[in-house]
Amino acid sequence: MIALLVRDIRLAMRAGGGFGLGLAFFLIAVMLVPFGVGPEGGLLGTIAPGILWIAALLACLLSLDRIFTLDYEDGTLDLLATSPLPMEGVVAMKALAHWLTTGLPLTIAAPVLGLLLNLPESAYYWLVVTFLLGTPALSFIGTFGAALTVGVKRGGLLLSLLVLPLYIPSLTFGAEALRRGAEGMANTVPLLMLAGITLGTIALLPFVAAQAIRINLR
Amino acid sequence: MELEVADLACARGGVLVLEGVNFRLEAGEALMLRGPNGIGKTTLLRTLAGLQPPLAGRIDMPDEALAYGAHADGLKSTLTALENLRFWARVHGAGEGEIGRALDEFNLADLAERPAHSLSAGQKRRLGLARLLLTGRAIWALDEPTVSLDVESVRLFARAVERHLARGGMALMATHIDLGLAARALDLTPFRADPDRAGKAGAGKDSAGGAGKAARPPEDPFSGAEDLA
Repeated sequence: MIALLVRDIRLAMRAGGGFGLGLAFFLIAVMLVPFGVGPEGGLLGTIAPGILWIAALLACLLSLDRIFTLDYEDGTLDLLATSPLPMEGVVAMKALAHWLTTGLPLTIAAPVLGLLLNLPESAYYWLVVTFLLGTPALSFIGTFGAALTVGVKRGGLLLSLLVLPLYIPSLTFGAEALRRGAEGMANTVPLLMLAGITLGTIALLPFVAAQAIRINLR
Repeated sequence: MELEVADLACARGGVLVLEGVNFRLEAGEALMLRGPNGIGKTTLLRTLAGLQPPLAGRIDMPDEALAYGAHADGLKSTLTALENLRFWARVHGAGEGEIGRALDEFNLADLAERPAHSLSAGQKRRLGLARLLLTGRAIWALDEPTVSLDVESVRLFARAVERHLARGGMALMATHIDLGLAARALDLTPFRADPDRAGKAGAGKDSAGGAGKAARPPEDPFSGAEDLA
């Protein structure tokens, strides 16, 4: 299974692998906001937590389509399904590879973009913490959505429609924990909820996604 | 080690295509699947590979004994030939020595460092077939393995199959060309599902479908996951 993780990361890094695509989208989407909203520091700082989180969701969405579609088209998924690897493990490794190539770079880049949005100084710590706790859920939910749409021709839009509503809880609690942290308020409750959602998706969704893939391969 | 298929019925896209398929394969034997396009050769191979459940009947073979070779080779175009093989070797727990042997057996050693997208169709196919040697599995179930192979490569492939059979392996192939192997042929035409008996077949399908569902893990326990997410 480590072989699959290494292969997926290597494929993402190679030409046309899509690594950096989500990151670049994140950078540009966030950079557009000051142009649209105007340079007023106070307003930007207030909406920054929401902007950063929404941009991260959309950036994550961009690369979801690739998780299974390429492997389905070139026959790899059939061969993986008949290999000794359990499909649940395959799904979990794919989600982990997606997080390492998308969620983790977003987490690292987010503080730099916080600067552009005039994010209060007290918020940077919480920005990284909420992204670290929340973005794995985005990858696991997205992998589940990708598993549902395997085999659907040009299923990218359908995938977005399926997955975005499922991102709402992570968005709500992630942005709320960040906002409260930035204002120096207690944010333990939204942080725990955010972590709980992430752990729940990691524990459950690989099983559901594996079953969805088995059905889609028939 | 043997593969026994009894009274197997399988469907493609929900439509019953084959029923009452019976055959037996023992160590060292090869079986060629014959029949016109659309008769269900691919469907039968996918069913044997476990990619879709049979509607009725029995497949007796040891667990994880079958290596499936599909139309598509499962190669990643941005990885080199060697990286592609190394991935499958690690998935199946094969060592570096076996990768070298697989490359040699299909005359790919000179192409090992080439990215797969720069290989010709025939070279890709050889790479896909070399993967079979890394699975360490006894039963090869191959769907049109000789497509895009030239005469020399077909001979190479036939020799690889012969060696596999000599080691006590088995092979099951849907192919139209003669590999020169001492193999039995199984014509699937007599097993074509009869459209006139569609009602009866449908009834059988329902009961068998129920049994198949019981054998798979239930799907309900996780249906709440979306809410949770």
